[in-house]
Amino acid sequence: MKIHEYQAKELFRKYNVTTPKGKLATTSAEVEKIADEFGLPVVVKAQVHAGGRGKGGGVKLAKTKDDVKPIADSIIGMTLVTKQTGAQGKKVRKVLVEEGLNIKKELYLSIIPDRETATVAIVCSQDGGMDIEEVAAKTPERIITVNISPVTGIQAFHLNQVNFGLELEKDLHKQMSALVRNLYKLFVDYDCSMVEINPLIITAEGNILALDAKMEFDSNAIFRHPDVLEMRDIDEEDPVEAEASKYGLNYINLDGNVGNIVNGAGLAMATMDIVKMAGAAPANFLDVGGGANAEAIENGFRLIMKDPAVKGILINVFGGILRCDILAQGVVAAATKLNLSVPVVVRMEGTNVAEGRKILAESGLNLTTAKDLADAAEKVAQIVK
Amino acid sequence: MSIFADKNTRLLVQGITGSEGMFHTRACIAYGTNVVAGVTPGKGGQKMDDVPVFNTVKEARKQTGANASMIFVPPRFAADSIMEAADAGIELVVCITEGIPVLDMMKVKNYLATRPQTRLIGPNCPGLLTPGECKIGIMPGSIVKPGGPWGVVSRSGTLTYEAVHQLTQAGFGQTTCVGIGGDPVNGTNFIDCLKAFKEDPETKAVVMIGEIGGHAEEDACEWIKNNMPDKPVVGFIAGLTAPPGRRMGHAGAIVSGGKGTAAAKIEAMKASGVHHCENLGKMGELCKQVFKG
Repeated sequence: MKIHEYQAKELFRKYNVTTPKGKLATTSAEVEKIADEFGLPVVVKAQVHAGGRGKGGGVKLAKTKDDVKPIADSIIGMTLVTKQTGAQGKKVRKVLVEEGLNIKKELYLSIIPDRETATVAIVCSQDGGMDIEEVAAKTPERIITVNISPVTGIQAFHLNQVNFGLELEKDLHKQMSALVRNLYKLFVDYDCSMVEINPLIITAEGNILALDAKMEFDSNAIFRHPDVLEMRDIDEEDPVEAEASKYGLNYINLDGNVGNIVNGAGLAMATMDIVKMAGAAPANFLDVGGGANAEAIENGFRLIMKDPAVKGILINVFGGILRCDILAQGVVAAATKLNLSVPVVVRMEGTNVAEGRKILAESGLNLTTAKDLADAAEKVAQIVK
Repeated sequence: MSIFADKNTRLLVQGITGSEGMFHTRACIAYGTNVVAGVTPGKGGQKMDDVPVFNTVKEARKQTGANASMIFVPPRFAADSIMEAADAGIELVVCITEGIPVLDMMKVKNYLATRPQTRLIGPNCPGLLTPGECKIGIMPGSIVKPGGPWGVVSRSGTLTYEAVHQLTQAGFGQTTCVGIGGDPVNGTNFIDCLKAFKEDPETKAVVMIGEIGGHAEEDACEWIKNNMPDKPVVGFIAGLTAPPGRRMGHAGAIVSGGKGTAAAKIEAMKASGVHHCENLGKMGELCKQVFKG
């Protein structure tokens, strides 16, 4: 789960990670009031869940009093398009207004779980303020990674690796160590899956501050953090994906026209791939759970029908333990109840598969059965052609 | 022959009195698995069907000689259950539970480094099945065929069933099918399974099923190239069409920062002599071409 920059910075301040002075605003009048309070210059930053905001025109510096209102007006309500939002962009509903600072140097700092070593990794670089993936690709030697065992936690030697690795001036070491230690504590306390500061700045006055803040949380651990759940912003989520999460289903919207309903995440991905290989394009990823039941299929239909691009639906259920006749009854009932007009290809495997196919064939609905996965993909590709 | 579990396996079930635990324990027993004990704290002394229930794994192991455990405990308690099994000296721990927090699994992994006698499979996995001998987990017994020669290792559940089903349809049996799970931090990895298949004389060929995220597949391909020239491997990678930056159902299935792509994994397979299966619907056919036995 993601939160906004301003929310992440609130958590930073709670953990004594220094940030610029800032306030949230939803109108240009509020922005002007905050600018008067802080004094100029101020930075106005669009609050959406996506990176690359600056390049998309969502972050602007107001140097004079006359700049403030036009800048606020240009950002609030805009549809911000960045390389992470997709072409449709994201509507900006609120902005963070921050004091301007004298930036001397920009660093990069992030904390992520390292799956291969089962450690928490601190990743930092002297080349802050840029696309870190590009830095990693072009000058990997300028990226420093420090792996910390979650059992022992952060030690002094880890901090030395950060300070000396970043070639920081000696009188900044103490400040940086405290910041990294606090940020690590925040990461662990809140079961984060990412904390990223890009840039982490050193000011002309010798202060280290988090100019930006990005936080993501491990959704498996949200049960431990009801306060994080309260920070969820449904406006930032795809409405169909948000509805899917209400049903307990995993749905991801894609660009194609073949709707997919599959049991199991791996098989769902493989089904998307095989649809593509058959010459069509998947409209979604949808995992209805290993033990797919009639209710899950019905909800799956509901989600897919919200996508007007869908011209055909492929149901791929590998039952095993699940009985195919019961599944087929569920598919027929759901298609009838929802008055489904889109043709459906059903591929199922498991016990009583022959009875299941018979139920589908005799339903009088636009349901085609496939004998195996390859056959199913070809049939659905034919339908949408 | 088989890897990790066979007819001598004495299984205990952590979380045996929950609905999932009960349902799948019965299915394992029906398949022929020797389930000797269950563990649910506070329910010691009761029975689930004919299986005695204990309060702790330590007690269950002492009383019944259990050497393997299957875990059906809810995610917030599952990390604790894995460590309890390891603490009691259980040799094989199979954790089916999906949704364990990553930081919990990191601590488990660090703890397991101090318990070398314990092998963890999972979490977030369908378990393992040695056809005709022992089923631990939720794989359907109806789709497998005993006798080898194929070993199967996979990060996914139903995708494994698909592959196993096609092997059986093609007339092939399996030695052992192992689902290593879809979480970013897990126990047994591809290489651990490949090493075991290499040592198993009845396993003559291996199906390996990966997906986007991490670089376990690339590591495995490197290992295959250097260590297993004699046993052919058929490989499949799910997620060629998955958009980057999105978690595709499994916690570990994500392309982030340009890393963990299906294309890179497929490239690694081709470079290491693994027979890459492009079309999942034709896996059985490819296996026939690769191994004529």
